[in-house]
Amino acid sequence: MITRNEILETNQMIDNANLDVRTITMGISLLDCADADIDKFNEKVYNKITTYAKDLVKVGDELAKEYGVPVVNKRISVTPIAIAAAGCKTDSYVSIAQTLDRAAKAVGVNFIGGFSALVQKGYTESDRKLIASIPEAMAVTDFVCSSVNIGTSRNGINMDAVKEMGEVIHKTAELTKDRECIGCAKLVVFCNAVEDNPFMAGAFHGVGEADCAINVGVSGPGVVKKALEEVRGEDFETLCETVKRTAFKITRVGQMIAREASKRLNVPFGIIDLSLAPTPAVGDSIAEIFQEMGLAEPGAPGTTAALALLNDNVKKGGVMASSYVGGLSGAFIPVSEDHGMIEAAAKGALTLEKLEAMTCVCSVGLDMIAVPGDTTPATLSGIIADEAAIGMVNNKTTAVRLIPVIDRGVGESVEFGGLLGYAPIMAVNKYSCEDFIARGGRIPAPIHSFKN
Amino acid sequence: MKKAVITVLGHDKVGIIARVCTFLSEANVNILDISQTIVGGYFDMVMVVDITGMTQDFDKAVDGLASIGEEMGLAIKMQHTEIFDAMHRI
Repeated sequence: MITRNEILETNQMIDNANLDVRTITMGISLLDCADADIDKFNEKVYNKITTYAKDLVKVGDELAKEYGVPVVNKRISVTPIAIAAAGCKTDSYVSIAQTLDRAAKAVGVNFIGGFSALVQKGYTESDRKLIASIPEAMAVTDFVCSSVNIGTSRNGINMDAVKEMGEVIHKTAELTKDRECIGCAKLVVFCNAVEDNPFMAGAFHGVGEADCAINVGVSGPGVVKKALEEVRGEDFETLCETVKRTAFKITRVGQMIAREASKRLNVPFGIIDLSLAPTPAVGDSIAEIFQEMGLAEPGAPGTTAALALLNDNVKKGGVMASSYVGGLSGAFIPVSEDHGMIEAAAKGALTLEKLEAMTCVCSVGLDMIAVPGDTTPATLSGIIADEAAIGMVNNKTTAVRLIPVIDRGVGESVEFGGLLGYAPIMAVNKYSCEDFIARGGRIPAPIHSFKN
Repeated sequence: MKKAVITVLGHDKVGIIARVCTFLSEANVNILDISQTIVGGYFDMVMVVDITGMTQDFDKAVDGLASIGEEMGLAIKMQHTEIFDAMHRI
């Protein structure tokens, strides 16, 4: 029998510490939509998505109501369009992005991911068309998210793609400059992208996945922070144990909701993503966890160690709580989506270089970082290359989601609204990497032995 | 047996338990356990109920209790027990 204290503890987490299920993401394969005629392909894609996902939002809302835990986002991920649309005879994939956008709006989800290409080793014709379509696709759609995988630990880094993505990010910013360069907030460049990630902007439904799957992202930085308040000043063993226990509890809720969603939608359960994902709300922040651990600001010496132990103990607690763990699983450190990170960046405590160091031990990478609009495409590519190298060498997923804010510079800010938040524009090292990026070709895969 | 947990939180006043219990009785919900305390004028009640024979849809009952809460200036929640079992029992 559940005790009164356990009931109150759970509801306390929900009511006062922002415990929620961050996203129920339905992965849908579009491989069977292939058609040489782009109009027919679009029609098949629209019909498949709107049929499979027609009850997704309803079921998410029902679960939230019946279990009393918010299910914040309902989303869809699809097969990377560069693969699904490879047979289409067309020059541009923008109409496919528009179809995805229409389908997302028809079923009521708030993002659809998978306008993606996997080019870690080389391009197909279809990959080239997709990447060339990204800027316009991001400008003419509202809910479509795009991602490009430019490297893996097994294949190395495709530096031609790194170069091109710097240009694509810049062009996307230009095309959406009247809307705070929002297009770039929906575009992410990966190294070691995962096939079952439920979180945006990087979600896509990998080709190794089933026809349809339910993946759930849990969250709860606020719950971890509240738990750490109880052990203020205690040693690291206690600190790690507290994070682990809390992560276990959070993940159990996610697991239960995922199982129930899978049952009600009659779609197989895929994975739980254990990520601690912040929102701009006070009390839902990774930065506040660092402060509770004893750092005056995120970015202070010790931050990388704090993030490493947080990330590791979230995984240790979460893995035991769920039968299938996948996705990105760890702590996210998006700047614009975390009020504590925003403040630290604004007062200069947190720099781009420190964030890069932190990405060696967090779950993803340089996420939602606004940079000056005059940052050159080559410099954007240089930042992508650095981040990809960290992922490649350390066998982890890294990502870059940068927003060059056109006509604005350091000291100014950009406001996206909603979950995407706002961000102070951060300084970028001003020395050129133009000649390095211009070389082209591939960086070979690293050696997988002699680890030191 | 299908069970749910009802929690009521807010300033104490006359008739809280009466209102909630009348609502539950009309919906054919059997009360299995009630624990209630008042700390500093703050009313705090946890109920475990049997909803096997409930004549209302679960989401309607959630809404019904929430609106009684609103009228009386309280927060009233009804949740399936699985969320608590999942979090606190292996």
